[in-house]
Amino acid sequence: MRKKVIFPQVGLPYLLLLPQLAITFVFFFLPAAQAIWFSFLRQDAFGIRTEFVGLENFVELFADPLYRDSIWITFVFSLSVAALAMSVALGLAVLADRHIRGAAAYKTLLIWPYAIAPAVAAVLWIFIFHPQVGLLGRFLNGIGVAWDYKLNGTQALIAVIVASAWKQVSYNFLFFLAGLQSIPRSVLEAAAIDGASPARRFWTVVFPLLSPTTFFLLVINLTYAFFDTFGVIDALTKGGPAKATTTLIYRAYIDGRVNLDLGSSSAQSVVLMLAVIALTAVQFRFIERKVHY
Amino acid sequence: MATLELQGIRKSFGTVPVLHGIDLHVAEGEFIVIVGASGCGKSTLLRIVAGLETATEGSVLIGGADVTRLEPKDRDIAMVFQNYALYPHMSVFDNMAYGLRIRGLPRAEIEERVRRTAEMLGLGELLRRKPRELSGGQRQRVAMGRAIVREPKLFLFDEPLSNLDAKLRVQMRAEIKRLQRRLGVTSLYVTHDQVEAMTLGDRLVVMNGGRAEQVATPMEVWREPANIYVAGFIGAPAMNFLHGRLCSEGDAVDLRAGCAIALAAPPAGVKNAEVTVGIRPEHVRICGTGAVGAIPLKVDLVEPLGAESLIHGILPSGEELTVRTNDCSPLAGTTLPIVLPAEHLHLFGEDGRRLRLAHARNAAARVRAGA
Repeated sequence: MRKKVIFPQVGLPYLLLLPQLAITFVFFFLPAAQAIWFSFLRQDAFGIRTEFVGLENFVELFADPLYRDSIWITFVFSLSVAALAMSVALGLAVLADRHIRGAAAYKTLLIWPYAIAPAVAAVLWIFIFHPQVGLLGRFLNGIGVAWDYKLNGTQALIAVIVASAWKQVSYNFLFFLAGLQSIPRSVLEAAAIDGASPARRFWTVVFPLLSPTTFFLLVINLTYAFFDTFGVIDALTKGGPAKATTTLIYRAYIDGRVNLDLGSSSAQSVVLMLAVIALTAVQFRFIERKVHY
Repeated sequence: MATLELQGIRKSFGTVPVLHGIDLHVAEGEFIVIVGASGCGKSTLLRIVAGLETATEGSVLIGGADVTRLEPKDRDIAMVFQNYALYPHMSVFDNMAYGLRIRGLPRAEIEERVRRTAEMLGLGELLRRKPRELSGGQRQRVAMGRAIVREPKLFLFDEPLSNLDAKLRVQMRAEIKRLQRRLGVTSLYVTHDQVEAMTLGDRLVVMNGGRAEQVATPMEVWREPANIYVAGFIGAPAMNFLHGRLCSEGDAVDLRAGCAIALAAPPAGVKNAEVTVGIRPEHVRICGTGAVGAIPLKVDLVEPLGAESLIHGILPSGEELTVRTNDCSPLAGTTLPIVLPAEHLHLFGEDGRRLRLAHARNAAARVRAGA
């Protein structure tokens, strides 16, 4: 139930909203509008000549097979990151929910990765994945698996998925743990008395009761994989080899900052913006409706 | 239906002991109420019977079989929780069918049993509803239904009525008693409410500090409480306790409040000792002024309850005394002469235990005024 507050003056509520609106305006609406405007323009690499080209940037973009590859890669990448980060987090949260010795230390350690900068995380993973110096890389090559994520596109994708998911596990873990702890113990005890084995209790009682958390995290994780994984990709693979790890966000960066094709980069940003708006809309719609039980 | 036997149940959480050896034998179909203040270990005892906690020592036997080491699911019991513990994402039907499905019963039988139980509890119309769409009383019924439908050997109730409002609680109390009679399932019921305990139980287990202070029928507990704790806990308003001294012959008790009361028969083997004299508020008699052996009670507070009044007063010794009377209420500040009838006195020794008295009901109480 929303509480309605009545202000005597007309101006005050707007004044109170102003700081928030000003920040949103300067840091979001203004650049967004600029991106939309640029997406209709074409500029030469030196920024001397600019012409209006209408929707041509978008037409070219979707006609480009590399861009369509990029969409597919982003799709696979995001779903894998979300699935991996969430399943691992759920598993760890279930373990932490039991009364284990040193639970506080365990939880603190699990939350650490979230506080690490993406670039640092990537360096860390280089020390694991690198074919010559990495722990796992050397081990795999040692047992005869040809592992080199700098040459093999699939391996590169696996590497960025694992590194990106790892960073998100902590966040998911916190939410899953909170979700698990809000399930009344007596409900689980009732299920135990009703004869359900631990596995059955999990799938018939715990998991359904976690569904609001799971759904919320799914949207958050997809958004994360879409937009916040730039640092990991840049530090680990730079979109390579042969664009095998070039996601939409990475390509927008390459085209805009490296290739200085502002028009196309802006068009890509607009596409991404629409994607995030769609995701947010889905989230709000379902959260509002409370897909609980 | 089965018997239940607890043998020397002890439980410690870490180094803190919460149960100090509980022994109990429950006959088939018997309704046992475990009553005690919060923290006395009553819920822990119930959870040990359920298998949700493991006893540090001792064993639990259901139907003669030792189940001490068994998981809850292998004990064939059903439990009703204080907060109902319904599965919030399942309909009433699914809540009740959950245990049956796990047991792999055929679909038709599940349907039949759930419907029959739902009809019995007046839930027939609500089977498609989710728990959040039900009132507190209806949820309570679903929780009962979920227990009944399983047809277990043993019902366990963990304060099932304490989340209901007063009126509903009285109604459900009667309903539970009727159901238990009808189904004849051995039941263990935990409560802190002495009215629930008195009305529901075939026998009570009065617990205090992890010990069973008394195991007896409700009326026995009320008439002959085993010790001061039980005497003070069962009965509302609580029993009055006064300081007294058993005289050297042991056949009379001198009250600090100012008179001596002759006992029809002296307690066995105790003489010349400090005792605590207990008397229930409803047994204190208000008499006319100048009656022999009357003690003046200075009225401090009067609580009219409608059919009767509670009079809180102070005795000459400074001790407090509550009287329950259906007399028209006297005013605060006045002094009432009261008499403590010898046949209603409870005597407790220095260790708090009841001293057995052989009352001769009609023996004229010999009263030595003044003492």
